[in-house]
Amino acid sequence: MKFNHSLTFLHHIRDIKDPEHPYSLEELKVITEDAVEVDDERSYARVTFTPTVEHCSMATVIGLCLRVKLMRSLPSRYKVDIRVAPGTHATEAAVNKQLNDKERVAAALENPNLVDMVDECLAPSYA
Amino acid sequence: MINKSQAKAVAESYLQHLQVQSLGQQDRKLCLQILECLLDRYRDALLSLGDDLVYGICEAIDGEKDPQCLMLIFHIVELLAQLLSEASGPSTNFAGDLFDVLECYFPIHFTHSKSDDVDVKKGELSRALMLAFASTPLFEPSVIPLLLDKLSSSLPSAKVESLKYLSYCTLKYGADRMEKYTESLWSALKDAIFTCPLSTVSVDSDPVDGLGFHESEIMTQALELLQVLVRQHNASFLSLILGDGDISSFLNSLFQFNDFNSLSTQYKQRLHAVGHVLSVCIKASGSSCNKVFESFFPQLVDALRLSVEDPHKTVHPALDANLNFGALYLCVELLAACRQLVVSSDKGTSAPDISRDSWCQILHSFCTSLCNVFFCLIRASSIESTWNAYVYAAVKGLEILATFPGSFMSVSKLVFENILLTLTSVIVSDFNKKFLWKAALKALVEISLFVNKYHEDEKAASFNNIVRQKIVSLISSDDLNMPQSLKLEAIFDIGMTGKSFMHSVVSELEKTISASLSEIFVHGDQQLAGLTAGLLECYSSKVLPWFHFNGGTDEVSLNFAVNIFAKMESSTSLSLGAKGKELLGATIAAVKQAVTGCSVESQEKVLQKAIAVMQTSSFFLSKDLILGTDLFNKKTQLGQISEGLSSRDEWITSLFASVVIALRPQAQIPNIRLLLQLLSMTLLEGHIPSAQALGSLVNKLPLNMSEDCSLEEVIDTLFKNVMWRNISIGKEGNDGGAVDMGNLSLSSLNSHAVVGLAWIGKGLLMRGHEKLKDVTMTFLSLLVANGDQGNSLPFNGQMKDPAEHRVLCLRKSAADAFHILMSDSDACLSRNYHAIIRPLYKQRFFNIMMPMFLSAIVKCDSSTTRCFLYQAFAHLVSETPLAAVVGDAKKVLPVLTDCFLLLSKDISHKDIIYSLLMVLSGILTDKTGQEAIAENAPMVIRRLIELTSYSYLMAIRETAIQCLGAMSELPHVRIYPMRTQVLQAVTKALDDPKRVVRLEAVKCRLAWASIASRSIHF
Repeated sequence: MKFNHSLTFLHHIRDIKDPEHPYSLEELKVITEDAVEVDDERSYARVTFTPTVEHCSMATVIGLCLRVKLMRSLPSRYKVDIRVAPGTHATEAAVNKQLNDKERVAAALENPNLVDMVDECLAPSYA
Repeated sequence: MINKSQAKAVAESYLQHLQVQSLGQQDRKLCLQILECLLDRYRDALLSLGDDLVYGICEAIDGEKDPQCLMLIFHIVELLAQLLSEASGPSTNFAGDLFDVLECYFPIHFTHSKSDDVDVKKGELSRALMLAFASTPLFEPSVIPLLLDKLSSSLPSAKVESLKYLSYCTLKYGADRMEKYTESLWSALKDAIFTCPLSTVSVDSDPVDGLGFHESEIMTQALELLQVLVRQHNASFLSLILGDGDISSFLNSLFQFNDFNSLSTQYKQRLHAVGHVLSVCIKASGSSCNKVFESFFPQLVDALRLSVEDPHKTVHPALDANLNFGALYLCVELLAACRQLVVSSDKGTSAPDISRDSWCQILHSFCTSLCNVFFCLIRASSIESTWNAYVYAAVKGLEILATFPGSFMSVSKLVFENILLTLTSVIVSDFNKKFLWKAALKALVEISLFVNKYHEDEKAASFNNIVRQKIVSLISSDDLNMPQSLKLEAIFDIGMTGKSFMHSVVSELEKTISASLSEIFVHGDQQLAGLTAGLLECYSSKVLPWFHFNGGTDEVSLNFAVNIFAKMESSTSLSLGAKGKELLGATIAAVKQAVTGCSVESQEKVLQKAIAVMQTSSFFLSKDLILGTDLFNKKTQLGQISEGLSSRDEWITSLFASVVIALRPQAQIPNIRLLLQLLSMTLLEGHIPSAQALGSLVNKLPLNMSEDCSLEEVIDTLFKNVMWRNISIGKEGNDGGAVDMGNLSLSSLNSHAVVGLAWIGKGLLMRGHEKLKDVTMTFLSLLVANGDQGNSLPFNGQMKDPAEHRVLCLRKSAADAFHILMSDSDACLSRNYHAIIRPLYKQRFFNIMMPMFLSAIVKCDSSTTRCFLYQAFAHLVSETPLAAVVGDAKKVLPVLTDCFLLLSKDISHKDIIYSLLMVLSGILTDKTGQEAIAENAPMVIRRLIELTSYSYLMAIRETAIQCLGAMSELPHVRIYPMRTQVLQAVTKALDDPKRVVRLEAVKCRLAWASIASRSIHF
């Protein structure tokens, strides 16, 4: 399989809508092609996203959206790492920790309000 | 009807009591209609009302906005203005008041996008207003300044409108009234033509004029107005133009720029504009043409360094790379305009009038040297396929010179022939200069059209001598440098301009085809075979359709078909190599195409010839089948296995079969029994066209052909024919054609017979004949027969008994026969080949066969038999129109899912599975179909899940996942229990090696996941 993996991956997440704006994450430059690293042989993917402002309160929700979308779009063999780009968020370490903690992700997804929010962001847009 | 005084009373009370503008839209419309009617019918009555009428009407219409009412108002004003200006009595001052009402509507700005309730369009409104503006010359003092004012606006649409109105009003108001505006009009026009964002540079490969510009709307309208003005104020307006400083200084500056590529876009636009202005002047009249030529042509000639003194000098001194492009361009533009002037005035003016004109003499004296310049340009052109302004101008110039009407001889015969020679030699030798080649071809086509249109005998003779012969000889030339496709393109583009030319093309083509065929038959020349196949293809795809469209098909086709058969007759042995098949295919297609277009009589002639040739085949000679001996038995006794036909026999039989396939139903067929016998024999050798021919025969024969022979009889003969004996069709007392098992397994029957029977069945099916039942029963019994013998899986290599293997093959072909029965074929039995087609025959057949298959499937207990039944059923379902299948969806679905289960085990069934999947997705898109699927949801989903990992064909995986995705729309109660399974399966598909499948899988997964997204654990 000699095609461009990161482009394919970007294709999975580019259409996710921002929780606060009617724009997609790609339009807001929250994610870009460079932000996706894929190693197909080792089944590893890392997404680095850039919150729009330093104090963005939605950073965790965006991260959660990315995680859910990738869980639904990637084969289960993949390990996905989601991070905030270094120096772009006030509570960078806390957000990173939260997003990559299995337990906390699972717990978050049991919260109906959060899940509704995530689903809204993931709803297919036919633009 | 009311009388005059009543009308007057109505009008008076109308004006007194009605306040039109305070009413609703419908009422206003009615009021205006009354007014319109009064003005139209009772002019005299209204005239006596005088000023009251004008003011009343002004009041009634002032401030109207509804488009429908506006249409009426514009018409009312038009009528009123005409009425008053004719009377010219009381109110010459009405014009100002009336116009005040109208003024605000110009230019029409109308953005009513949806024309659902009102069907008034912007164009109609604009036209109505224009008529109102032009209704009386009395409007002139107000209208023209307004239009001139709007013309200087920056809004392009306002400019276009103003120009349009100006052209129309200028004509209506007359020269006297317009005289005082000429100068301001000219300066406004100059502004519009020269400084506007003119025409855009076109990017596509087919530019519309010599500079590569597309005309803009403003330009077109401006030039129109210019033309109107030049015609109206002949000399005075022309002197304005000719005396214009900008134009003359531009022409003087021509010398500064030489090379086309160094010109700026701005300069090109000016050049373009000047060219157009001058050509409009020329086109206006002969005298204006004279003036333009006298004042400008000498300059151009100087720029091009032409000389009158030595017109026969072949190499022009000015021909270095930088010939002045501007001058060249203007020259060609002027020439084109002159030609148009001559063509348009050709009927009115007699020829000597024009040729005495001074422009004509000037042109005549420079003609030869101009031609020389063009020739040199063409010769100097380099190999490039892109657009080249010099080449374009040169070819265009030659074309114009060659197409001056003959009553006006500015071009001598010698020059004309020179032009033709040059262009033809470009076609023949410069085929790698693509742009030049295309341009030259186009020019030749134009010249040919011109010669035909104006009946120029002398020129036609030259054209014939030079172009036709040279071009036609291209067909037979052995020159392999020039690609065949280009040769054919040139021949047909020019050929299509005239029937006589086409006839000579055809005769040459036939000569070449027949010569190369004999060459190929004797020596087996591979390369020639490829070329000839190309010729034949072009014959069937271009020549014959052309004749079909333009008449004369019959003769040409007849000739061609008979010639081909004559060729076959005379060649005794064939040695064809690998290209033989391709050549045979092309020949068959050409013969079919030819015969199908023939009239009934010609078809009969071809058929006779074909039969005569057929009788020379070794097949026919060696075996005495005329006597009806049991050839088949003889053969099996001798232990011969059919080895196929010899090359020559194959050709003859194929061609013969193609004639039969293309026959019209009305054609009389002599000696039909012999024909049937012949075709049956070749069919048995595995010759498909013969089978198709038999199918066409039974499809098209009239019910009662002659007193001793009817369709029934023919079919019976066919069925009783020796070759079927072992399948025993429609044997009486034998429950619908069951098969004698013992006989079958022992016989050496080959599956060709089954294929043949399928084509015959197709013929019967399409015309809706009842004998079809026998055929289908035979197939069905073949399918279910032998249930206990073939219990081991087919094709698994364990087959030791060859006889048993043969039986399996036979049953396989019986299953495939349903594909032949149901699918549409391009080769035969189509509208093209005059097949009799009963409406909805596929639906009917499906409805008859469905229950039979269902019961057969229920009854059968052997897996092999089941497999064959499913294959046949799959063919049936996948070729039936979807509407019929959906109607029976509830019954079809269970079988369909079983088909998936059983057939997906074997790689050879992948195409069947794919077409079944398409049926399933079709059912999924239909409302009733969805209900049926919802009922069977668990089963369908299970099968689809299996197919998501079908490894032999990507399209199947993709479609299966798409179907699964579509099924997520079904009622949740039905599908929810399957959710986990689907998600698991689709998760696997996320890792599919093909990207398309993965993307579909993501979509599908998302759709299924969101049915109940509360849990992430899918």
